[in-house]
Amino acid sequence: MLNQLTISGLAAKLAKREVSAREAMQSCLDQIARVDGKIHAFISHDDGDAMAQAEAADRELAKGGHNARPLLGIPVAVKDVLAVKDQPLNCGSKILGKFISPYDATVVEKLKAAGAIVFGRLNMDEFAMGSSTENSAFGITRNPWDTTRIPGGSSGGSAAAVAADEAIATLGSDTGGSIRQPAALCGCVGLKPTYGRVSRYGLVAFASSLDQIGPFTKDVRDAATMLGVISGHDPRDSTSVPQPVPDYAASLTGHIKGLKLGLPKEYLIGGLDPEVKAAVDAAVKQFEKLGAEIVEISLPHTDYGVSVYYIIATAEASANLARFDGIRYGARVDGADPIELYSRTRGAGFGAEVKRRIILGTYVLSSGYYDAYYLRAQKVRTLIRNDFLKAYETVDAIVTPTTPTAAFKIGEKSDDPLQMYLSDIFTISCNLAGICGVSIPCGFTKNPKLPIGLQLLGKPFGEEALLKIAHAYEQSTLWHKDKSAMVEQ
Amino acid sequence: MSVPQFDVKYVAHLARLHLAPDEEIKLGAQLGGILGYIEKLKELDVANVEPTAHAVPLVNVTRPDEVRPSLPHDDALRNAPAQANGLFMVPKIVE
Repeated sequence: MLNQLTISGLAAKLAKREVSAREAMQSCLDQIARVDGKIHAFISHDDGDAMAQAEAADRELAKGGHNARPLLGIPVAVKDVLAVKDQPLNCGSKILGKFISPYDATVVEKLKAAGAIVFGRLNMDEFAMGSSTENSAFGITRNPWDTTRIPGGSSGGSAAAVAADEAIATLGSDTGGSIRQPAALCGCVGLKPTYGRVSRYGLVAFASSLDQIGPFTKDVRDAATMLGVISGHDPRDSTSVPQPVPDYAASLTGHIKGLKLGLPKEYLIGGLDPEVKAAVDAAVKQFEKLGAEIVEISLPHTDYGVSVYYIIATAEASANLARFDGIRYGARVDGADPIELYSRTRGAGFGAEVKRRIILGTYVLSSGYYDAYYLRAQKVRTLIRNDFLKAYETVDAIVTPTTPTAAFKIGEKSDDPLQMYLSDIFTISCNLAGICGVSIPCGFTKNPKLPIGLQLLGKPFGEEALLKIAHAYEQSTLWHKDKSAMVEQ
Repeated sequence: MSVPQFDVKYVAHLARLHLAPDEEIKLGAQLGGILGYIEKLKELDVANVEPTAHAVPLVNVTRPDEVRPSLPHDDALRNAPAQANGLFMVPKIVE
């Protein structure tokens, strides 16, 4: 089945003309038709447009176009937070109404230039706010390993689609763990690049100093390929960094002998599930077998990460989401004056979690509280970043669990926002520090069988070393090959 | 741990966000809990720490001041909930 292949696997078959892009695309659409009723990874997909792109890719393949275009004919689906020209964009919210994107996000332009078939709108927590994909106006997404459980979030659709072989790869966005956490819970590879590595132009902003776009893939080699395509300086995003894009795949040598991996003692918290801990301990032993040196390190301000995050992220969100006011786009609820129109439109259009964060963010920025909350949080952010920079003076990467537990039950945390926020405890600091991180499969819980994710955190712009380490581990294990029974049938 | 007085109605007005009475009560209670948790930041001495606005050391990023193509007028209006004569329609602002 072509939908089960990796990018590298499918690209090889396409290059040899053993199969066509149309067959590959059709195979993904068939899988969606078969399993997405149970998983609901997709909000929508435009099959006619996808097949037209596949036909165009086949014409290019016939001319040998694959030599210059690494994703030619590869079906890639995107999170509903990225603009794709002439396709709907809703951010999992009611407030955008019947919005159709007038332009492509930079990452979408780059995917198309690399030959990818860009299709589908993947479900997400509304405006990327959440850790379970239960906060979507378009219904919940379910975990392909156990449909009574959440797939993680906010990019739950992006993770579930890859885990269920509905797409060859997908894109998501990560503000506090929204790529790595669902990748861990669904058993795929999820990469959050360094802040500034990938242009955010055409990504609907949640927290502008933390947001970063990244890939979900079936293995680390594919993550390297995707990162190479989407990275690079973009004059349209003033925070994208003018730094050359290396050949990430070239760094996947399998050799990590002598590299130093840091194990932060602060991550062995009380809430860490014993099976998750055992899987991560085993992964650390595996790294030692591969010749890496394990060093205990300290990230002393770890415990303040969640507090800092929920001040900075909500403050930035309250400002960013001011644009959804019913004037220039999206749904509108009329009022007697502009203020009433804004207020009614926003009250009707936003869901509960988005309202909660707008209120919190407005409060921490409001007169009299700015210094106590926002400014203090920005200062503690400096301390957290310094913890990491200090650690990287002695280690090449840091190893942690991605999440404290495997996927939890649907509804289990939806009434307790603080408990939900604490499920991001291992992923949040990476965004605050602006470094890169990846989650890769490192085992399963026994009963029920649910994926466990290993998080590797790399230096700023250290994606080559990060992917090299992740790849060496992956190639020495079989975890990434396992599929849920429901997906395989 | 003391939690500051939290006036949901006032903050909702600042945010131009209409809340139903039951939403006000639920949000007030939940945010009280979250603010209580956040109080732990006060344990730290940050007197001599510089704030981090974002993690990339870029300042004053500019581009040449040149005319270049931008979103066509019709495309910018395409998603408007109400428009007329090539403009966004809004409620009356000035009497």
